[in-house]
Amino acid sequence: MDKIKNSPPAIKLTGLRKRYGSGDAAVDALKGVDMTVWPGEVVGLIGPSGSGKSTLLKCLGAVIEPTGGHMELAGETIYDGASGGWKIPDLRTLRRDRIGFVFQAPYLIPFLDVTDNVALLPMLAGVDNATARQRALELLTALDVAHRAKAQVSQLSGGEQQRVAIARSLANHAPIILADEPTAPLDSERALTVIRILNDMAQQFRTAIIVVTHDEKIIPTFKRIYQIRDGKTHEEAGEGRTV
Amino acid sequence: MINLAGRDILHGWGKFLFTGVGLGLLIGVTLSMAGIYRGMVDDGQVLIDNSGADLWVVQQGTLGPYAEPSSIRDDVWRGIAGLPGVAETGNAAYLTIQIQHAGIEARVMIVGMEVDRPNRPGAPAYLTAGRPVLAGHYEAIADEKTGLALGERIRIRRHEYVIVGLTRRMVSASGDPMIFVPLKDAQEIQFLKDNDALLNERARTAANPAFNRPGVPGLLEAVQAAGAQSRMVNTVLVRLSPGADADAVANEIQRWKRLTAYTRAQMEDILIAKLIATSSKQIGMFLAILSVVTAAIVAFIIYTMTMAKIREIAVLKLIGAKNRTIALMILQQALGLGLIGFLVGRVASGLWAPVFPKYVLLLPGDALRGFAIVMLICALASVVAIRAALRIDPAEAIGG
Repeated sequence: MDKIKNSPPAIKLTGLRKRYGSGDAAVDALKGVDMTVWPGEVVGLIGPSGSGKSTLLKCLGAVIEPTGGHMELAGETIYDGASGGWKIPDLRTLRRDRIGFVFQAPYLIPFLDVTDNVALLPMLAGVDNATARQRALELLTALDVAHRAKAQVSQLSGGEQQRVAIARSLANHAPIILADEPTAPLDSERALTVIRILNDMAQQFRTAIIVVTHDEKIIPTFKRIYQIRDGKTHEEAGEGRTV
Repeated sequence: MINLAGRDILHGWGKFLFTGVGLGLLIGVTLSMAGIYRGMVDDGQVLIDNSGADLWVVQQGTLGPYAEPSSIRDDVWRGIAGLPGVAETGNAAYLTIQIQHAGIEARVMIVGMEVDRPNRPGAPAYLTAGRPVLAGHYEAIADEKTGLALGERIRIRRHEYVIVGLTRRMVSASGDPMIFVPLKDAQEIQFLKDNDALLNERARTAANPAFNRPGVPGLLEAVQAAGAQSRMVNTVLVRLSPGADADAVANEIQRWKRLTAYTRAQMEDILIAKLIATSSKQIGMFLAILSVVTAAIVAFIIYTMTMAKIREIAVLKLIGAKNRTIALMILQQALGLGLIGFLVGRVASGLWAPVFPKYVLLLPGDALRGFAIVMLICALASVVAIRAALRIDPAEAIGG
């Protein structure tokens, strides 16, 4: 980890704020969030409903704009509330190239087969079809789902679909993966398998992974946990139980 | 890059095809409407072409003989035949009537033609079976569309006619098939009254002191004889000598004979621009309404298909797909739907065209124009769905 910490943090949030509405109707969803996640690290983000987890995830994913604070990605400032907001002109490209997403449901594209679901992301980035599919096959192999490479999404089990979704999130070598309740629809065994895979991928690709979860089964597996309450984060040491 | 639209279509091809077939039937109706209009124009054109005339001489101030009644003496041709530039003339009488044959009622146009020599203007241009009319009475040539066969006998008013020849695509401007009979028979059919009416008319004439004058023997008989015969025709068809100026000959006829003469161009204008003007406007309205309905249906289908993919589109936007990629996917699907619809519509309109009672003419040029319009409608209709898709928030892919 020390070696990893020699490089800049994958994510660094300082005093990140988000306010919805204005005047009397204003709601402060984030009231100054501080968070640092290092490359190759998997951290948990937990908190009760309405605490601001999803808002934080949307800010991290450059889907909504914070209203203040500072956000860095791999040492590069991408948002600074004090100097005008986003520092990246094309947020869509930022999401495509530097942020991977894993959702509660896999949300794979139903009309593409497994390989093309994964290959789509590099293709959108301009990678040629053959290279993108080769990359997809490597990831599917790493995630032990290469035998379903030509299958339709509807033919996969829930666990297999989630693996494919993880493969997709890694397809553009994104330094950060945001996982929103990735184990919610899975049973204990499959949930722990997904966490093991995320840990393996984080190690293998030096990807920082933030896992938003309510899932009591997987919380003990995190070494570090950010608990969010009333729009603020509180860092806690996790059990880091081996899966 | 993967063709997202193509993959989506292949994934749900059954639904897509079924939708396309439904749309295709609507497009088929639209193409048929255009075909009916073309058929009407062609009927008019065929009527002009088949008459074999270069000029139509009719009653002064009328649009006869097809668009308005026209009645002229059957001997005016003599004066016309002598004019410079006139090669041949032929009297013709036209009358649309209802006939009954083998228990079936049909509307036909009776054409009275001069049968003294072949290829007189007004005679059918060609026969598909049988022979020309040779006898002066009670022989007929029928268009195949009448359903009559060679040797069959058909009753028209007082007399029976035997079918001696068959022809094809000889129709009136309304598309009614023609039956060609000798001119004298046609005059009788058109102008002569039935026996009861004749008796009644004779009694009226005899009761009129102006005609029944004891001091003028033979006057009453002469007046009554005049009422029992017809010497009128609807038009004199004129064939010009090679190189003759149609307008100049027409002007001569109008100037000296106190009649109206129409050239081919003028007759085309009467038949196509005037006679079917209301019908073509009606069809134009149908076409416009059907186009709007087609556009609305395509827009609705594409919009519904797009809205069924909100989550996928949100994910695509979240993972970095450009607006152009998403818009192109929807546009391609709309065009794909239009293509299937057009192909189905074209095939369907071709299949059901012969079943229509009127001639439906499907021209390749109209099909091409229809294809372009369908694709344009589909492209425009997809704008609604594209706008909706581009408004989808990528945040919808993230819960909370």
